[in-house]
Amino acid sequence: MTCDELLQALNEYVDGRLDLPECRRFADHLAGCSPCQVVVDNIRQTISLFKAGEPYPLPDEFRDRLSQTLKDRWRAKFASS
Amino acid sequence: MSDSSAAHDELLSRSRGGDYASFAALVEGLQGRVYGLARRITGRREDAEDVVQQTFLSVLEHLDTFRGDGPIAGWVLRIAANHGLKLLRKRRALPTVPLDAAAENEAVGLPHPDYVAPWRDAPAELAQRAEVRQLLDEALSELDDKYRVVFVLRDVEGFSVRETAEALGLTESAVKVRLLRARLALRERLTRALGDEAARIYPTHDHG
Repeated sequence: MTCDELLQALNEYVDGRLDLPECRRFADHLAGCSPCQVVVDNIRQTISLFKAGEPYPLPDEFRDRLSQTLKDRWRAKFASS
Repeated sequence: MSDSSAAHDELLSRSRGGDYASFAALVEGLQGRVYGLARRITGRREDAEDVVQQTFLSVLEHLDTFRGDGPIAGWVLRIAANHGLKLLRKRRALPTVPLDAAAENEAVGLPHPDYVAPWRDAPAELAQRAEVRQLLDEALSELDDKYRVVFVLRDVEGFSVRETAEALGLTESAVKVRLLRARLALRERLTRALGDEAARIYPTHDHG
């Protein structure tokens, strides 16, 4: 496997979807190629960092407004049915 | 989408029976997640609020038609992703070309990683810092819309490739290609900011 081929197979490897022979070829390349090792680590860290991101707090004013809008629409929907 | 919850199903079924309190509880339980998705896709608070409101109005409208073929959270997030896309298109006055157009060309010529260095700190620790959160927002907003939406659904919200494809009306192969491009672009951007310059490696690509 070359660096280019590794790049093409990166998603499947990181997501654990490579079949066994392909996974071995990937791992063999990684063992001898430190730039690719670091790229794979970076990709994993990038995904973890986004997953670990703090939730955005819902603005209070919007929460109230949303609740009122939905209540009004609810009344209209169930009043007419 | 792991949090398929029996509680949500129960709330849905009572909502259908006309119980407003159950509907309100369902909204309460999902609105934070929907808002997060909308913020990441649109990058703006006001736009995200629009998307959240449109999403729950759609949910209310289609309360009776949800087929229950998966967790309700997934259904709601799918609706939100589509409202988000609609808003992006409107905002940029883009012609509504199918999302799939030109996908075939995207598989060739992947950008090579350029800045390659181990990160100075672990993601769990970085995630606590306000300036890193800002960096993540910036990095996401710089991505092309079509890559960002795929990345947010797949890697932030945890949709599978198939669920992402179904939600966006794309083929699975288009999702895979876009996800790879998104991941590579974000890796490049974040590593420039978070990588250890002293340990930077210069890839040569001259070996097999």
